[in-house]
Amino acid sequence: MILEAINISKYYGEFCALKDVSIGIDEGEFVSVIGPNGAGKTTLINVLTGFLKPDAGQVNFRGKDIAGKGPEELSTMGIARSFQLVHIFPELSLINTIKVAIISRQAKGMRLFASLARDKEVHEQALEVAELFGLADLLEETAKNCPQGIKKLLDVASAFALHPEIILLDEPTSGVSTSDKNKIMQVLVDASKKIGIKTVLQVEHDMDIVFSYSDRIIAMQQGKVLADGSPAEVEKNEEVICTVVGQKECFQTFNRIMSMNREERA
Amino acid sequence: MKKTGIVFLLLILAFLLVWPFIGPEYQVYLTLSFFAYSVALLGFNLLFNYTGLLSFGHALFIGVGGYTAAFLTSRFHIPYMEVSILVTILLSGVVAILIGLICVRYIKIYFAMLTLAFGMLFHSFLMKTYHLTGGDEGMSVEQPYLLGMDFSSMDQMAFFSGPYYYYSLGVLILASIAMWRIVHSPFGLCLTSIRDNPDKAEYLGIGIRKYRLLAFIISGCFTGVGGVLLAPITGHMDPGMVFWTHSGDMVFMTLVGGFSNFFGPMLGTVIFITLRDVISSYIEYWRLIFGALLAAIVILSPGGVIEVLTNLFTLIRRKIMAGENAS
Ligand SMILES: Nc1ncnc2c1ncn2[C@@H]1O[C@H](COP(=O)(O)OP(=O)(O)OP(=O)(O)O)[C@@H](O)[C@H]1O
Ligand SMILES: [Mg+2]
Repeated sequence: MILEAINISKYYGEFCALKDVSIGIDEGEFVSVIGPNGAGKTTLINVLTGFLKPDAGQVNFRGKDIAGKGPEELSTMGIARSFQLVHIFPELSLINTIKVAIISRQAKGMRLFASLARDKEVHEQALEVAELFGLADLLEETAKNCPQGIKKLLDVASAFALHPEIILLDEPTSGVSTSDKNKIMQVLVDASKKIGIKTVLQVEHDMDIVFSYSDRIIAMQQGKVLADGSPAEVEKNEEVICTVVGQKECFQTFNRIMSMNREERA
Repeated sequence: MKKTGIVFLLLILAFLLVWPFIGPEYQVYLTLSFFAYSVALLGFNLLFNYTGLLSFGHALFIGVGGYTAAFLTSRFHIPYMEVSILVTILLSGVVAILIGLICVRYIKIYFAMLTLAFGMLFHSFLMKTYHLTGGDEGMSVEQPYLLGMDFSSMDQMAFFSGPYYYYSLGVLILASIAMWRIVHSPFGLCLTSIRDNPDKAEYLGIGIRKYRLLAFIISGCFTGVGGVLLAPITGHMDPGMVFWTHSGDMVFMTLVGGFSNFFGPMLGTVIFITLRDVISSYIEYWRLIFGALLAAIVILSPGGVIEVLTNLFTLIRRKIMAGENAS
């Protein structure tokens, strides 16, 4: 098991955002976390990546407790993430944004007098990542001037540039049109193959994407794990589908749409 | 850097090289303050522009440099300028580590307030330890040896517009090159990433406190060296040098010149020093005029005077090019 949460609880004041949550991610898995708004998905990612300390429970990375380790340390250990609300460096160009990650990975950040522009190694690797994400034409563009979709990709691309062992993506396709969602997912899957990131955990609302890309699905509701299993198992779970999709009569509709999509692809 | 930028810099440098021969003695003397403050602001702006931290107590480091020069030259009779500079770099570094360890835990207004507080603390320290520092009377700064050479036989004005002028210019050039390299290094990029989005930077493995602290230390050292350069010009160090209004002057110069441009603060020093000299000879309340000017610039051109000038320059160049194409 590469990343494991054991009996995690997290409170915001009185409000309990995570109640005794236990999940485990195996190496090589593609796991999707689903659940209605406010289920605690982002909170879970924040706890798993050291941004928030759990009020109870333990998080293990490769069997070791990571209590007290913040995002910086965890990222050097091999955990990377992207954000639901895009996090970019507004004033930096796209290429420089990716370069920050490469510099960090190559531990070159304390080079005070070296010329960044002349560092071929950093430049080529940044270029490689940019190409994987289809950003090669926009290298000198300032991040804040880019459209939302590009910002989102940039956020993800810079996390990928760390070459982490596991990456946690918080709604990588949110705010993108349905037709573009599949394109982005394909880019993500291809990029993780090329870079060699074997393990991915993503939060995703689009059921079509969730069911076609995941090895495993974890469904959450009100801070609890509702279901944890293969897509085939979760698909049959009426309670899960209804809470996640949000309507009572949805189950049949859902199954109809899913089978239609499957036929379409086949 | 773009070609036009380099040409521009070389022109300014050429002008500065001949300025002592063509300029009036007093104006040449004023140029010395420009050199000193420019070095100091290189440090200030590493924090302000590149790291996103506004220090409101940076005159403290001018004080460290100035008092080091005063102690060494008049107390210990070690007149060598290079010794003053090296000792200052060392002391500024130590002071910056001590203050920085506390301050870099905070950002924005909290950082500004803390640095202001430390500046004031240093001010009272200088006032209270009058047996050491002369209290509000201050200490005198003796004419330094430059590169081991004694110029005491020279008339003071000749010393300032000759050896000391070129020495200061040399220090400014070296300091600019060093800072230019720092802001264009991998370290420099990481600093700007922290300024733009510390959470994201942390997730990319950048230890933000470590970087902020190092930026603070480097910044302090540069400003300290600026203080050493300033000391012989005034010939005297007193606690007024580290008073918060002096820190405010540094913020003013940087904003007026244009903080987002590497050379902006240098232009700011020229404007500040010239204007203060002109205005204060007419009215006592020169700060009033400066306040109005600052407000106008922040509202009309947040990029400072250098932004106005560069925009003007590109406009003129485009006009000329268009004219050439037409004919
Ligand atoms: N900083 C906070 N302080 C107080 N409450 C919070 C905070 N962050 C989240 N919450 C609450 O905790 C609950 C879980 O939030 P979380 O962001 O983890 O949900 P989510 O599953 O990611 O939802 P969404 O699908 O909208 O992104 C929500 O009810 C939210 O209002
Ligand atoms: Mg969320």
